[in-house]
Amino acid sequence: MYNFAYHRPGSLAEAERKLKAAADGRLLAGGQTLLPTLKQRLAKPSDLIDIGRLAELSFIKADGRSVQIGATTRHATVAASAEVRKAIPALAKLAGGIGDPQVRNMGTIGGSLANSDPAADYPAAVLALGATIHTTERAIAADDFFKGLFETALKPGEIIKSVSFPVPEKAGYMKFAQPASRFCMVGVFVCKAGSGVRVAVTGAGPCAFRQSAMEKALASNFSAAAIESVKVSPAGLNADIHCSAEYRAHLVGVMARRALTEANG
Amino acid sequence: MTETGIGARVKRKEDFRFLTGQGTYTDDINRHGQAHACFLRSPHAHAKLGAINAAKAKAMPGVLAVFTHADLAADKVGGVPCGFGLTQKNGKPQIEPPHPALAAGKVRYAGDAVAMVVAETLAQARDAAEAIEVGYSELPAVVDTAGAPRAKSAVHDEAPNNVCFEWEIGDKAKTDEAFAKAANVSKLEFVNNRLIPNAMEPRAAVGEYDRATGNYTLYTTSQNPHVIRLLMGAFVLAIPEHRLRVVAPDVGGGFGSKIFHYAEEALVTWACRKVGRPVKWTAERSESFLTDAHGRDHVTKVELATDREGNFLGLRVHSIANLGAYLSTFAPMVPTWLYAPLFAGQYRTPAIHAEVIGVFTNTSPVDAYRGAGRPEATYVVERIVETAARDLKLDPAEIRRKNFIAPAQFPYTTPVVLQYDSGQYALAMDKACQLIDYKNFAKRKAEAEKRGRLRGIGFSAYIEACGVAPSAVAGAIGARAGLYEAGVIRFHPTGSVTVITGTHSHGQGHETTFAQLVSDRLGVPYDSIDVVHGDTDRIPFGMGTYGSRSIAVGGSALSKAMDKIVDKGKRIAAHLMEAAVQDIEFKNGAFRVAGTDKQKTIQEVAFAAYVPHNYPLNELEPGLEETAYYDPANFTYPAGTHIAEVEVDPQTGQVEVVDWAAVDDFGNVINPMIVEGQVHGGIAQGIGQALLEGCVYDDRSGQLVTGSYMDYCMPRADNLPSYRVDMTHTPCPHNPLGVKGCGEAGAIAAPAALMNAITNALGIKDLAMPATPERVWRAAQARGARAAE
Ligand SMILES: Cc1cc2nc3c(=O)[nH]c(=O)nc-3n(C[C@H](O)[C@H](O)[C@H](O)COP(=O)(O)OP(=O)(O)OC[C@H]3O[C@@H](n4cnc5c(N)ncnc54)[C@H](O)[C@@H]3O)c2cc1C
Repeated sequence: MYNFAYHRPGSLAEAERKLKAAADGRLLAGGQTLLPTLKQRLAKPSDLIDIGRLAELSFIKADGRSVQIGATTRHATVAASAEVRKAIPALAKLAGGIGDPQVRNMGTIGGSLANSDPAADYPAAVLALGATIHTTERAIAADDFFKGLFETALKPGEIIKSVSFPVPEKAGYMKFAQPASRFCMVGVFVCKAGSGVRVAVTGAGPCAFRQSAMEKALASNFSAAAIESVKVSPAGLNADIHCSAEYRAHLVGVMARRALTEANG
Repeated sequence: MTETGIGARVKRKEDFRFLTGQGTYTDDINRHGQAHACFLRSPHAHAKLGAINAAKAKAMPGVLAVFTHADLAADKVGGVPCGFGLTQKNGKPQIEPPHPALAAGKVRYAGDAVAMVVAETLAQARDAAEAIEVGYSELPAVVDTAGAPRAKSAVHDEAPNNVCFEWEIGDKAKTDEAFAKAANVSKLEFVNNRLIPNAMEPRAAVGEYDRATGNYTLYTTSQNPHVIRLLMGAFVLAIPEHRLRVVAPDVGGGFGSKIFHYAEEALVTWACRKVGRPVKWTAERSESFLTDAHGRDHVTKVELATDREGNFLGLRVHSIANLGAYLSTFAPMVPTWLYAPLFAGQYRTPAIHAEVIGVFTNTSPVDAYRGAGRPEATYVVERIVETAARDLKLDPAEIRRKNFIAPAQFPYTTPVVLQYDSGQYALAMDKACQLIDYKNFAKRKAEAEKRGRLRGIGFSAYIEACGVAPSAVAGAIGARAGLYEAGVIRFHPTGSVTVITGTHSHGQGHETTFAQLVSDRLGVPYDSIDVVHGDTDRIPFGMGTYGSRSIAVGGSALSKAMDKIVDKGKRIAAHLMEAAVQDIEFKNGAFRVAGTDKQKTIQEVAFAAYVPHNYPLNELEPGLEETAYYDPANFTYPAGTHIAEVEVDPQTGQVEVVDWAAVDDFGNVINPMIVEGQVHGGIAQGIGQALLEGCVYDDRSGQLVTGSYMDYCMPRADNLPSYRVDMTHTPCPHNPLGVKGCGEAGAIAAPAALMNAITNALGIKDLAMPATPERVWRAAQARGARAAE
């Protein structure tokens, strides 16, 4: 680690000011991505603004039509939340499958989304459920949020405050974990809502993306059988020592079908 | 059997301190005035080393010194020695290029240390290391094991084709003859995948120099502090033994990787005198990945000749073994003498011939890793035996039974040098078949099929040679050390006992097992026994712990020392009770005059020995302490059968290990719970190798791709089944305890069992380890395509 100045603001407003004032400031939430990066000396921020303990950012509210989750809500909290389990069980399951207990007790939804790791779980849910990301400056639709590899629509100094998830009719999530890291090699979130069917894939591309061919096939028949013949092209998918693009493409199909079976189960 | 004696499941003494965070590991040791070291490591796998400019680094805050090879040369610091000298098949010695402690002229693997920085704090040392400018001119990297002899680039000038040795064993003509008359020849070609050890505790070292006495102390993460003292003192730093103390305190796992003498421990010992301060270094996890000696990494062809009925006639093996960039301490021994002599397995195969080529590559050094050569050998034998069974359409249990060496045939001399001392191979196989309910496997397979899963079963009837080693044999094959063990039994005046052993416990639970042994033999309460290990100043000598040798060799040394204690005790007791020595019996901790009720407890005898008011001083020295050295007569030969059952999800390629039966023969067992724990851990490592762990270097650049847990997959609890573990007990006939050693068996047996099970499930001949989901999926696809035809 290199030296940095550490701040623990008492309010979101103060955090915003500190972040804007810093030469090269970074928010620290759960630290599960940022701290390993710092320890390996891969980043050299001038200031860390620790928002991990800001009570105003840690909440879960459900009103029947949507579930709002504060940015610093820990994965473990989401996984265990009675409201989430009732309204969107697939989202609770997703949160409960992130990393290990230590990671889930520290990592936050805001940190995960801001980071936009290509193999992260949450982006699939955010995209498939058509969630809205509320920041200190605006509300961003999920479809506009993920821009590429570790790249989002967030501007410098912009802080995620919360995410609101519309409650779907049905939803399911299935993840095939990369054996070593247990991040997603492929994760597929399927959702059926009044507004239509959405299928989001994570782990397979530079960032989470929607699978429109499947969405089309599922529009009239939301079942595993409906996408049996949908061919997923390996073109543009990630390839690494664990998984070729071709195998990833295959897994997208398998995980989507299993997610559908779960959603309908 | 007493509650704490031989055969009792005593909970481990050491666990209280380990589980409550009160162990003392090397990194926990902080010496007064200590400075911190950090190593600047080569980012390139192979490069000419140009100028090193450390001027800026030296001027940075807190920096005490920056050292490069030039400083070592000026001080005549030697290179890191190899502890084994192999003779090639042409009679010439192995090629043994120098292994400088800091790179000289060239860097030979990504991670090779180029400079050492010592500073007040670790952060300052790191900052300074980043400020050192090094001129590299990159050379093509030699990465591929099989391709190394044909590579355009040479890792060492001394070995222009990257070959360190060509070695053979067995009778080639006789083996060729066996193949000529064979009805069937089964063949396989495979890679035994390279592994990264990943002990939980990374390597660490603290060096300290006492100007007043001229004495050096090195605290280090070692499985064998005396070996480090010998190698480092004699070959690297020219420090005589009486001036050098090496302490290996609590060590958090080694698995072989902490046997070897590493440059860093010599460098902190040298540097602490240069800077006049104790110097500490602790590896980061990424450094461990890059620089701990790796394991395995063979490319092998094997052929088994049989008659029509499946009787083995001959075995032929050719392996290329990757040794990495430099020869680590035992590197040349592992893929030769610890490997090919095991090719007879549990079988009567009459003719065997094997050739091994050891190659240098631009990768981390490769050396012994749990099992060391024997997992590779078992993989060769048990995969080809399984293949022969399939080729001949024989039951895999049956073909093995047909070829087992029978109990009446011991001692049995194999065509590859070893003399097996004892074994009951069919008994273990039968028990394992029962444990896993082999006869109903077909039912389970059919049931799995209904769930869309492919179920498979695989056998591994392994043997190992451990309890290393008879010194004369070790010397004859090239070991540059003896492999005996030392032990001391020290009674204290009031009857408690300190047991001193030259073996080293780094997870094995010796403090418990050895105390049980002594409690049982001498009748001293278990709680009044303490076991000391890991300090050259407190222990007469020791070769340490590896090769499942601690109880077989170290325990035998203690047994001999206890014999001496009992002998002396009898003479003291005879004096105290005014009886003849030959009338004294020792039992349950008391010396009795035979046929009477007169007795003296061993504690009373110890007291008399230390407070010799009434003592035969003209015949006997006071005190009750005995030292013994034990050099084994032979290796020990643990053996057994493991059977794995798996289920494959053909849609994803995910393999689930659903059942495991292990029946091992370790001879007599002192603490069955600890032994079972060793079996569990060994199987976990074997499952790791077969299913999850694969070290990957980039073919072109020689960069370590699997340099962190993000990409290197260690087994986790949910990758493992609940094991069914049982044993047979065929005592070792040539050591006083009848013990054989249990530390490596699981890792030796498991990979072959698992790969036999996976290939059985998929109905295919072979699959590369680790059997990753993608590999399995592709094999399942190909199988599906075949089935559809
Ligand atoms: C061992 C391990 C296993 C893991 N496994 C998984 C897994 O299986 N699936 C998975 O999805 N993830 C996994 N993760 C990542 C984990 O989910 C992290 O929690 C997450 O990626 C980052 O969240 P954090 O709160 O820790 O963020 P931090 O590390 O604190 O920050 C990450 C980045 O986000 C920024 N940031 C944080 N909060 C905000 C905010 N409110 N607004 C704007 N920017 C913000 C920070 O400045 C930083 O750049 C794993 C991590 C580890 C260490």
